[in-house]
Amino acid sequence: MSENTITFEIDGVEVQGTAGQTIMQAADVAGIYIPRLCAFDGLEPFGSCRVCTVKVNGRFQSACTQPIAEGIIVENDSEELLELRRNLVDMLFVEGNHFCMFCEKSGNCELQALAYRLGIAAPKYPYMFPADRNVDATHKDVFIDHNRCILCARCVRASRDLDGKNVFQFVGRGPQKRIAVNSRARLVDTDLNVTDKAVEVCPVGAILTKHVGYSIPVGKRKYDHTPIGADIEANKK
Amino acid sequence: MSENLESVVKTICEGFSNEKSRMMDIVREVQENFGGVSDDAMDLIAKQVQTPRVEVESVVSFYAFLSKEQHGNVVISLCDDIIDRMFGFERIKGVFNEALGIDVGETTEDGSITLETAPCIGMCDQAPAVMVNNEIFTEVSGDTVTEIVEQLRDGVAPERLRRRLGDGNNSNPLVSAAVSNNIRKEDEVIFAPLTCGNALKKAIAMSPNEVIRDIKTARLRGRGGAGFPTGMKWDFTRGAQGEKKFVICNADEGEPGTFKDRVILTERPQLLIEGMVIAGYAIGAEEGIIYLRGEYNYLRPYLEDTLQKARNSNMLGTNVMGKEGFNFDIRIQMGAGAYVCGEETALISSCEGLRGDPKNRPPFPAQKGYLGYPTSVNNVETFCCVARILDQGAGWFSQIGSKGSTGTKLLSISGDCRRPGVYEVPFGIKMTEVLEMAGGEGAAAVQVGGPSGQMIGPDDFERTICYDDLATGGALMIFGPKRDLLEVVEYFMEFFIEESCGYCTPCRVGNVLLKQRLQKIMEGKGEPSDLAYLEDLGNSVKSTSRCGLGQTSANPILSTLKNFRPLYEALVKEDQPFQPTFDIQKALGVAKGIAGRSSMHFAE
Ligand SMILES: Cc1cc2nc3c(=O)[nH]c(=O)nc-3n(C[C@H](O)[C@H](O)[C@H](O)COP(=O)(O)O)c2cc1C
Ligand code: SF4
Ligand code: SF4
Ligand code: FES
Repeated sequence: MSENTITFEIDGVEVQGTAGQTIMQAADVAGIYIPRLCAFDGLEPFGSCRVCTVKVNGRFQSACTQPIAEGIIVENDSEELLELRRNLVDMLFVEGNHFCMFCEKSGNCELQALAYRLGIAAPKYPYMFPADRNVDATHKDVFIDHNRCILCARCVRASRDLDGKNVFQFVGRGPQKRIAVNSRARLVDTDLNVTDKAVEVCPVGAILTKHVGYSIPVGKRKYDHTPIGADIEANKK
Repeated sequence: MSENLESVVKTICEGFSNEKSRMMDIVREVQENFGGVSDDAMDLIAKQVQTPRVEVESVVSFYAFLSKEQHGNVVISLCDDIIDRMFGFERIKGVFNEALGIDVGETTEDGSITLETAPCIGMCDQAPAVMVNNEIFTEVSGDTVTEIVEQLRDGVAPERLRRRLGDGNNSNPLVSAAVSNNIRKEDEVIFAPLTCGNALKKAIAMSPNEVIRDIKTARLRGRGGAGFPTGMKWDFTRGAQGEKKFVICNADEGEPGTFKDRVILTERPQLLIEGMVIAGYAIGAEEGIIYLRGEYNYLRPYLEDTLQKARNSNMLGTNVMGKEGFNFDIRIQMGAGAYVCGEETALISSCEGLRGDPKNRPPFPAQKGYLGYPTSVNNVETFCCVARILDQGAGWFSQIGSKGSTGTKLLSISGDCRRPGVYEVPFGIKMTEVLEMAGGEGAAAVQVGGPSGQMIGPDDFERTICYDDLATGGALMIFGPKRDLLEVVEYFMEFFIEESCGYCTPCRVGNVLLKQRLQKIMEGKGEPSDLAYLEDLGNSVKSTSRCGLGQTSANPILSTLKNFRPLYEALVKEDQPFQPTFDIQKALGVAKGIAGRSSMHFAE
């Protein structure tokens, strides 16, 4: 065992990681799933959705940004934390217009899959039904539906760090915060390409590719039979 | 695209060496020159500093003082704070509406004057207050409004508007503000007479580590709200790896009800500068930044002049006060209307020319702050304490106040009291004593520490002001028995919604949901279960938010549910009639408009 090894505990189970890892990264390797929406393998941690909230030595922290440290006690799968995560997922549902039954992403959507995994049948908060979210379908191969955006910044980070392009960035603040594109208004006026990583990483149906709708039928999609996080839990020894 | 725009934008960008980290200064100047940062201007700036255009828009759309839309040459901002609402906001708004013929959010037909509102501009002790571009008017009456509008109509520039100058340096030609200091009580740390340079001389005669040791011995804790031990913060910053280090003074003072830093900046800027130079010496920094809130722009010429005088007397510059190898200078960074920028990592983002989003921690600013270098961010008052500690001794300082909270504290007192203003008091003072001093004995409630703090009632007035009991950055808002406290709570929630950066889910969404449910209760439509809903939701926002704003934004509701529960209980009742959460007629509005008839299935 190298001197970089760090030993700590998640829900009473001893976990080993290497210095510099986040709690989420070390948990993934150990086969322990911590729910997430904004975090994505290969992208810099962002820390916006907060569904990865865990308790570290009794204090709330986001597992995707918090580095591991020797001897820390992490709580992940407690009823208190599950309830907080349900509340956060609920908030994301009521904040936008998520009509899963009409959405091409249904079955492949991480927000929907996480809601199922957490046992949410219907949100407990009232829907806000925002009327100011539009759709930009100007690009020939890709469209953005702002009704479904959860402001996770995966597209921002992927475009900047993986595609080297900066197609996306946030504008506005507070409840008026939105994703914008690097042109006066339209996606078609940017240098986005359908093969860009930025298009692929969107966890919900906000950035979608045209011309391929329903090529995999509902019922045979990624989360239709296996819950979100199952791939990580398969790492468990 | 006008040639003028092109050449002016180019000149402005070049003035900041086409440096994107100076984006705040660039867009502020463009806004000042053209009344807005238009699409054309954003394209030009992006090209000139070589950054994606959307990055420019990202900054412009974040700050309240910046806008894509064209504003008038004159922007009138009415301070819409809760205290201003109590002392005549609606009345003077009405007079402005009438005199200008426009509503808030509009610009006069000739395009010359825009009317806006702003959250607390730091004048609660002299409400109602109004900003006309950079000029501030306080205790504004209907007559003052008429007079201002008449002069503006006659083409008088805002800086030449007639005004009654305030006391002290408010009358200094470089300030010339109609603002009062209202210093009601002076004590020995902040408002004692000043001997410039003594503290710094003593500091540079010691080693940096000895200076930090003195600050630790004095047990100085931060005055900005969080109360972190200053010596410890400096130790971390000094010990961190980095080619360069920075000292930042947090003069954002955005917490509604707080205005004591404004008075320090007006009357004791020399003390602040001295404290910053000492900090630079202690942590090994050569550069300091004063982050000044946009609302205090009227103090800028005076502060620039004070910095220049410090340079002339070698308190700033190379080999400061003859100390070989110790160089230090300070620049002012203007903010542009964002409360969250008082949060230290958001403040750093803003200094770097970015949107004022807080950063993920760790790394903490002491490890990786401004431009990635170790940085110590401290409050205005904290730096002043530092200078006094070095001058008068750590032992002297630690004798003042109480055991866990040494020294004095400046309080900003406003609301229902006879003597609103700034009070310097030793830590450990009782709330009853404070209320007596301020002439607010009949208070029904006191908001301690601004909206992010807590509201307490008479049962708690025997408690003391210090870090271990009633901790506060200094704001005390007093509410008399006739005030509707839930209206106050509602205003505070509006404030947080307006000021949330929107980065994280709980703060962006949760605060809106909290306010909705509070309003339902205030309308008499609430049920007892709504109180549990507020508590559960409030605690979720508190527990999962990413920065101090969201972690405290539910406090107005949570603290009143705890301390003033009967107010809520009186409004809720069991078995309310069915209340739809969805307005079908509103939803059908667009379709009905297109069809030109009402729905066959959903009769109105
Ligand atoms: C939303 C928010 C606003 C804040 N505003 C201010 C402010 O206006 N001035 C200030 O000194 N500290 C403010 N703080 C606290 C700063 O983050 C930081 O703790 C402080 O500047 C450190 O200085 P100190 O240690 O000298 O108190 C704010 C914190 C939050 C979360
Ligand atoms: S468009 Fe998709 S990837 Fe981008 S912020 Fe919105 S939800 Fe996230
Ligand atoms: S809590 Fe979250 S949304 Fe609110 S100001 Fe902080 S980072 Fe922004
Ligand atoms: S996954 Fe950690 S905050 Fe989103």
